[in-house]
Amino acid sequence: MVPDTVTPPADTVEHAAASPDQPQPYRELGLKDDEYARIREILGRRPTDAELAMYSVMWSEHCSYKSSKVHLKYFGETTTEAMREKMLAGIGENAGVVDVGDGWAVTFKVESHNHPSYVEPYQGAATGVGGIVRDIMAMGARPIAVADPLRFGPADAPDTARVLPGVVSGVGGYGNCLGLPNVGGEVVFDEGYAGNPLVNALCVGSMRVEDLHLAFASGTGNKIILFGARTGLDGIGGVSVLASETFDGSGTGQKKLPSVQVGDPFTEKVLIECCLELFHAGLVVGIQDLGGAGLSCATSELASAGDGGMHIDLDAVPLRATGMTPAEILSSESQERMCAVVRPEDVDAFMAVCRKWDTLATVIGEVTDGDRLVITWHGETVVDVPPRTVAHDGPVYHRPVERSATQDALIADSPDALPRPAAPSELRDEILRMAASPNLCSRAWVTDQYDRYVRGNTASAQPADAGVVRIDESTGRGIAVATDCNARFVALDPYTGAQLALAEAYRNVATSGAVPAAVTNCLNFGSPEDPHVMWQFSEAVRGLADGCAALGIPVTGGNVSFYNQTGDRAILPTPVIGVLGVIDDVARRVRSGFTGEGDVVVLLGTTADELGGSEWAHVVHGHLGGRPPAVDLAAEQRLGALLAAAAADGVLTGSHDVSDGGLAQALVEASLVGGCGAAVELPAGLDPFVALFSESAGRALVTVAASDADAFLVRAAEAGVPGVRLGTVGGDSLAITDLPAIPLGELRAAWEGTLPALFGSATD
Amino acid sequence: MSETAGMRIGVITFPGTLDDVDAARAVRYAGAEPVALWHGDHDLRGVDAVVVPGGFSYGDYLRAGAIASLAPIMTEVIDGARRGLPVLGICNGFQILCEAGLLPGALVRNAGLHFVCRDQRLRVESAATAWTSRYTAGDEIVVPLKSGEGRYVADAATLGELEAEGRVVFRYTGGNPNGAMSDIAGVASADGRVVGLMPHPEHAIDALTGPSTDGLGLFTSVLTAAAMA
Repeated sequence: MVPDTVTPPADTVEHAAASPDQPQPYRELGLKDDEYARIREILGRRPTDAELAMYSVMWSEHCSYKSSKVHLKYFGETTTEAMREKMLAGIGENAGVVDVGDGWAVTFKVESHNHPSYVEPYQGAATGVGGIVRDIMAMGARPIAVADPLRFGPADAPDTARVLPGVVSGVGGYGNCLGLPNVGGEVVFDEGYAGNPLVNALCVGSMRVEDLHLAFASGTGNKIILFGARTGLDGIGGVSVLASETFDGSGTGQKKLPSVQVGDPFTEKVLIECCLELFHAGLVVGIQDLGGAGLSCATSELASAGDGGMHIDLDAVPLRATGMTPAEILSSESQERMCAVVRPEDVDAFMAVCRKWDTLATVIGEVTDGDRLVITWHGETVVDVPPRTVAHDGPVYHRPVERSATQDALIADSPDALPRPAAPSELRDEILRMAASPNLCSRAWVTDQYDRYVRGNTASAQPADAGVVRIDESTGRGIAVATDCNARFVALDPYTGAQLALAEAYRNVATSGAVPAAVTNCLNFGSPEDPHVMWQFSEAVRGLADGCAALGIPVTGGNVSFYNQTGDRAILPTPVIGVLGVIDDVARRVRSGFTGEGDVVVLLGTTADELGGSEWAHVVHGHLGGRPPAVDLAAEQRLGALLAAAAADGVLTGSHDVSDGGLAQALVEASLVGGCGAAVELPAGLDPFVALFSESAGRALVTVAASDADAFLVRAAEAGVPGVRLGTVGGDSLAITDLPAIPLGELRAAWEGTLPALFGSATD
Repeated sequence: MSETAGMRIGVITFPGTLDDVDAARAVRYAGAEPVALWHGDHDLRGVDAVVVPGGFSYGDYLRAGAIASLAPIMTEVIDGARRGLPVLGICNGFQILCEAGLLPGALVRNAGLHFVCRDQRLRVESAATAWTSRYTAGDEIVVPLKSGEGRYVADAATLGELEAEGRVVFRYTGGNPNGAMSDIAGVASADGRVVGLMPHPEHAIDALTGPSTDGLGLFTSVLTAAAMA
């Protein structure tokens, strides 16, 4: 091997053909023996170093979905024509696109950036935001909002104190600088995520239907333009082997930079404005963002989605390091880059727009006749491959799927035997203890570090049930988005648990006043090589797909993150579900708090004794076992329809989902968020403890003006939604049946004190 | 409002500016015409007043507002301000005006070291500026604050001068969010035509999208001021 001090001669196609027996570090790059053999078979020779780098990153689990593909196709099989009606782009595109009416389309997607965020919390989280935003841009949309579902180890664990502040400030640091309002997300703590936090990032974009852009390279002679940041040595190997050696195999690692990418949000903000101006000027034939697997991914995906071949000249790629090899240039995950296909006659105009925004843009190749992706460097051919074999024809695994016997023990360990509080004063104490617990307490410490106001279209953000964003100022048309997942439910029963996550996100969109329209997901699981994990995964996928079919809303895209585990211990199975809803006029959105003195408080839905996997069992007993709450999607649909219709009519003065922590927590949050107390009677015939802490699905807490209460209850009954009048909004305490009343000040201190006590006050 | 009809207010966009659309909307809500101004131009397009909006101009590299203060458009803004052109700097815009020498003092990292986004209560300390004439001194308003480098600092002599001349325009109340000296949220130039503040009045013009409509007064105030100029 050559020394690192000079640029090594390229491993050309010619050289590879002449040296079939040269050993190659394919195992170090994450390829199995049979995968390597298949590459040799496809090419009819050994791959060059550059080709090996491309195949290894594109055939990684992250890019190829090789373990999940056979399961994910169930989404397609269960999506009916009726569900497809509003879908303009679906699974397989950079992000799903939905027609939301009046000529508007909305695109949204959630992705994981879990492992980088554990290694380097700030940059890992920041570049997670950057990556998902570029996916949305690549559809031709203007990004309009972000949200971040985050999961950490125990709130008081030392490693959480290392990871959480960095992640939160990374999300804020990048998103705030991009000028995107952060409108939601989640923060969940559980022992199961110690050593493997989940950092998921969601982005929503809007566009006119006719502006939809798809990633393809067609038209012989069209130019390939790389624009945005320069290409450097950062993020190399981030996809396949997080801390790999350099690809030249010399092992000296002299050029090795952190495998976690480094973000520059300013460059991305300028790139957003530049891209939108390019789109509006009609200068873009096809576009692809550069994310995982960098140029390897962008070129092979653009070429294989088009109708010709492609030639790329690596010498034209602007670099920020000297002596980079072709493999390094192709694998670099330097951030803030996009790749466009442009007609030759438009290149000058394209460059002029880029110059206006001080964005570096370079023609690096063109669409060719034929069907090969050919990449040259220093005048020699270093890659000559059929692009589909890189981008789409990766290996497909039928991993063993097996439900472990431990699952029976888990289900048998019912929460029924746990001591339950009964005396009024005990119940009162438990409400306060729950309100202060890490998973239920105020998220303000986190969300106050995010800009929720920028662009002036945010009609609701945290602590709302769903983020609501206006997309058309003249009509008020807007969208609502929520993400949810109670992973403990999924652990107890992955099929039902995934449906419960879907139902909760669906409900959160409905309580905000919107009509649910589409679903995205980020499926975070342990190792696919563990048959039990694959069982969890396949059950969750089936549950989600069947649930979407039952609710009549399509999955438009998603992301799979495997290998979330520490040693043999997998995380809780965490299929984060995002639901997007449409609201005709955001002025009709409903907030989640008690605000109107004298308003009547109504509980919608049915409460049963369901505490398996509940927050109460977790907080008070550290218990996880039994069965999760039952899910009734038809009931969810009836509830959702009632909520959206009543919101549109302006009947609801407040509306809040009842889920984690049960009715007790819903009452606490409604009081504190709205700033108004309430006096309520728990429903007759129910054990007060069950009424307060059960997590039965399909429920919402709403308020209506006293004069509307009777009519609303009739309307609910006619809609097939059970409703019970609980009491009245008013006063400065939360008074529940015969429990000693809780002054809002005491409640607020409990609810708001926890995160600042753990992670430090943000303002002093 | 007939005397203010046809009023044109410039809103500057630098690379990295974020709240320009919001500032333009606020100008519209106030009844004037927003005029987009580009950082690289030496042209104020004949506007009657200028808003330097929030964001992270040039990524806030080097120092917040430092690079933007040297942009071609700022030469014109500085010239205009010397002639009495009303100029409002919001958040990053305030930082830029301080860097450009149009306002005294500086904005540094929040005391808590975090970015802080919250609905902030402010007291209007002076109604004697081009941007606050529609308020009454002592009014309390609620306006979003969202910044990581919002702690106002100045030397003792400058602070004394600002207080003595009534040039502290806004002060934080109900808790100082960033450690600003003397709870200062916004200040004015000696002639009261240039005002800078860290909170975002342009995000408080509509109860649908903001915590209040308290911020609109800045944009209506300047219509009178510009009409009288």
